[in-house]
Amino acid sequence: MKGVVLAERVENRAVFRFSRVKGLERLTKSNTGSPNLTNAKTGGDAAFVEFEHVQKSYDGETLVVKDLNLTIAKGEFLTMLGPSGSGKTTCLMMLAGFETATHGDIRLGGKPINNIPPHKRGIGMVFQNYALFPHMTVAENLAFPLEVRGMSKSDREAKVKRALDMVQMGKFGGRRPAQMSGGQQQRVALARALVFEPELVLMDEPLGALDKQLREHMQFEITRLAHDLGITTVYVTHDQTEALTMSDNVAVFDDGRIQQLAPPDVLYEEPANSFVAQFIGENNTLLGAVKEIKGDIAVVELDDGELIDCKPVNVSKPGERTRVSIRPERVEFNKARLQPGAHTLKAEVLEFIYMGDIFRTRLRVAGNDEFVVKTRNAPDQVRLQPGAQIEIGWLPQDCRALDA
Amino acid sequence: MSDTTDTGPMRAADGTPLKKSLARALRRQKLRALALIAPLLIFVLVTFVVPIADMLFRSVENQIVSDTLPHTVRLLSSWDSSTGETPDEPVYAALAVDFQAASEEKNHTKLGTRLNYENPGLSSMFRKTGRGADDIGKASTKRFTDLDPAWKDGATWAALLGSDDWLADMAEWSKDDGRQPRFSPRAEAASALPMTSDVYTAFARVARTENKKSAVETKPWPVLYTALEQDLATASPESLSAVNGASAGLLQAAGAAVPGFEPISYKDAFIDIDKGWSEVDSWQTIQSYAARYTPGYFLNAVDLEKSPEGIQQRPEQQQIYLMLFWRTIWMSMLITFCCLVLGYPVAWILANLRASTANVLMILVLLPFWTSLLVRTSAWKVMLQQQGVINDILVWLGLVDDGSRLVLINNQFGTIVAMTHILLPFMILPLYSVMKTIPPTYLRAAKSLGATNWTAFWRVYFPQSVPGIGAGSILCYILAIGYYITPELVGGTQGVFISNRIAFHISSSLNWGLAAALGSILLGAVLLLYYVYDKIVGIDNVKLG
Repeated sequence: MKGVVLAERVENRAVFRFSRVKGLERLTKSNTGSPNLTNAKTGGDAAFVEFEHVQKSYDGETLVVKDLNLTIAKGEFLTMLGPSGSGKTTCLMMLAGFETATHGDIRLGGKPINNIPPHKRGIGMVFQNYALFPHMTVAENLAFPLEVRGMSKSDREAKVKRALDMVQMGKFGGRRPAQMSGGQQQRVALARALVFEPELVLMDEPLGALDKQLREHMQFEITRLAHDLGITTVYVTHDQTEALTMSDNVAVFDDGRIQQLAPPDVLYEEPANSFVAQFIGENNTLLGAVKEIKGDIAVVELDDGELIDCKPVNVSKPGERTRVSIRPERVEFNKARLQPGAHTLKAEVLEFIYMGDIFRTRLRVAGNDEFVVKTRNAPDQVRLQPGAQIEIGWLPQDCRALDA
Repeated sequence: MSDTTDTGPMRAADGTPLKKSLARALRRQKLRALALIAPLLIFVLVTFVVPIADMLFRSVENQIVSDTLPHTVRLLSSWDSSTGETPDEPVYAALAVDFQAASEEKNHTKLGTRLNYENPGLSSMFRKTGRGADDIGKASTKRFTDLDPAWKDGATWAALLGSDDWLADMAEWSKDDGRQPRFSPRAEAASALPMTSDVYTAFARVARTENKKSAVETKPWPVLYTALEQDLATASPESLSAVNGASAGLLQAAGAAVPGFEPISYKDAFIDIDKGWSEVDSWQTIQSYAARYTPGYFLNAVDLEKSPEGIQQRPEQQQIYLMLFWRTIWMSMLITFCCLVLGYPVAWILANLRASTANVLMILVLLPFWTSLLVRTSAWKVMLQQQGVINDILVWLGLVDDGSRLVLINNQFGTIVAMTHILLPFMILPLYSVMKTIPPTYLRAAKSLGATNWTAFWRVYFPQSVPGIGAGSILCYILAIGYYITPELVGGTQGVFISNRIAFHISSSLNWGLAAALGSILLGAVLLLYYVYDKIVGIDNVKLG
């Protein structure tokens, strides 16, 4: 189910990305909204944030971040995604200036910032638990960054009001953070990070504490704001849905390295290695060894001796162990839809789960009991019965031979 | 449930009203909870609350004057001291009775000590008068014994003033039976001869307490003759004739003889013994403090005194307590401030270190708690005295000349240093527990918003640590304001607190009333402080852990 939902999201996002350019034009033309907050430059290709051979160690024995190289363009929404302990938050903190890189350069707008203290970097940041100052009202919280920059009171008030309106929190200026719900606090935290018009905003799992529905709504709000204002955003999350729906690019972190840096659709459909394939979305894996590689097609002999066609990604020579990855929604059991001559596998239906919009069928394939097939609940869809013996197959390009 | 009507009160299943049923169910819980805390509650009540309440009550208690001089006080209430004249003869006559009775029980010295707090000099006057009290009654004694030698006899007095029941009991009593029967006065005699009856009651009580001889056989006090002569002078013949019993005839005869006696001037007798009795001032003091409850101790505690013109300041050389209160208050504030300045960074480091390191440092903070207060204070004596460690080092370094060593102890400096050291943990611990709850993200957020380290601290971290500052300060201040041992040991004369004075009055001068008044004021000050703090900061904001 997740996979299908994701796929739909990806489509939505494409539409959204198209429409936001329009939105920006509208914003600059009519000069409504918040022109001061609008960065005139829209996403260019020039590197705005650069990590070059950055390493980080806390204890001098192990590296938390191992040789990080990353370039973020101006106006880009980049998400750092990974399991906890993968180094993503450390990267963010190095960029914000709260951690120093053990080795390597971090550059912002072409200038190295390794030795610039955090308060001089001019980077907006939204924290995991919002970090709204509990002893100040919402308006005071928002005025704080303007105040420390020596802005006059009237200018401050105007900007605070505009920033609060921007997140639809105009009426809440006099409240204290403790008097607001999580979602409201989240909006205020966002407004506070944006009110002093930073060119770069960092977000450290900002939606982690919200419930599902609110989270989805805020995902949309954040992307809208980021794109409307043309701000470069670095977003850290361990929630792949967030990463896929919000980002221009996603950097998948594991073990202190970026495993793959790609737009969401590429990441989902063309994972570069088996970690990414398993971390993003639902995935069926089969273990085997490469038998031969013919151009775009690799023939893999599964552990039970069956042969399948795959797309070679991380394999180069016959005899290599491989982990074959197929998305559940790309598995086909209707022979008419398969390419002629494609390899098929025998499968036994173990379980059929009705989930409303989709059917989820669990199969035993090549000794794997956890092989899942997802099918759309269409009028002509077949409902497989447990115990049935079927044959399954897929397009070779949907089946990726990755590292074992 | 069919009996539950829509209009009536809600009822439980057995028909009792629901509220009653609920109260009964809850009462059992409450009783059980109470039973759990009962041992501690009783312990605290018996060993703490009751003694303290009793002690504080002494600050207004003043029964000693009216108990010792009952008849004098009653007559004195109509005396107008503003005329500048000493009271009239009847007051002195009543005093003659009261004073002799008091001196029989040695109560006059206690009263003298009490009145001496208010009017120095009265103690010696009372002692002197006590020594001469026997002479005052001699004239009356002689008159009655000359009239009839039977008046020398204790039995005569017993038969006159004791009730028939008591006399019967006394007749049966022998020394082996234990205590004498409790005295009960003869009703007619008590109404005809009130003063004599009062004095005899005291006489019988003393005889019973000493329990050597029967009251009937004991030699009568001279004061009985003084009292009887005065009573007979004013008693009506009818009331005298109503008195029956074995001594009725003697009384009648005495009653007839008394109008012929030449009046005795007790006024002159008292002034002969001590000139003080001719001074209006002495009488004013007795009159002012005649009431059973007095604000005198409290007035004394704030350097005021009661006078006929109203409440006024004490003479300059007697003013000491306001200065001591003021010194206690400002030195406690200074000590609290020193603790805050020294403790805040320590608490901050503790709260921001790794747990393992913080625990080691925490032990260092707690170490003083495990050392005796006396040891720590004595250590400061070693450190600070003129031949002590600090002075030695300064001399060795050449910073201070050997002849002009610094005076670091037995003054206010010594008290402040030693008490800051002793109270420091009480500041650090609440600060630490509050700081521990302030997430480091707040500082990071402030910095990311453009605040320098100082601004981030001052605008974001510091306000959130205020509850800890409040808790630590109030704790340190309340402890400091009542501190006793350390100022006593290192404070000299300039560095002692009000509590040292309270201790002095409790254990040396034995003026417990004043000590209680000083203590009550101190307690009131602390409660007031607590109240003000609650209004300004809010006691909910105080976190002790």
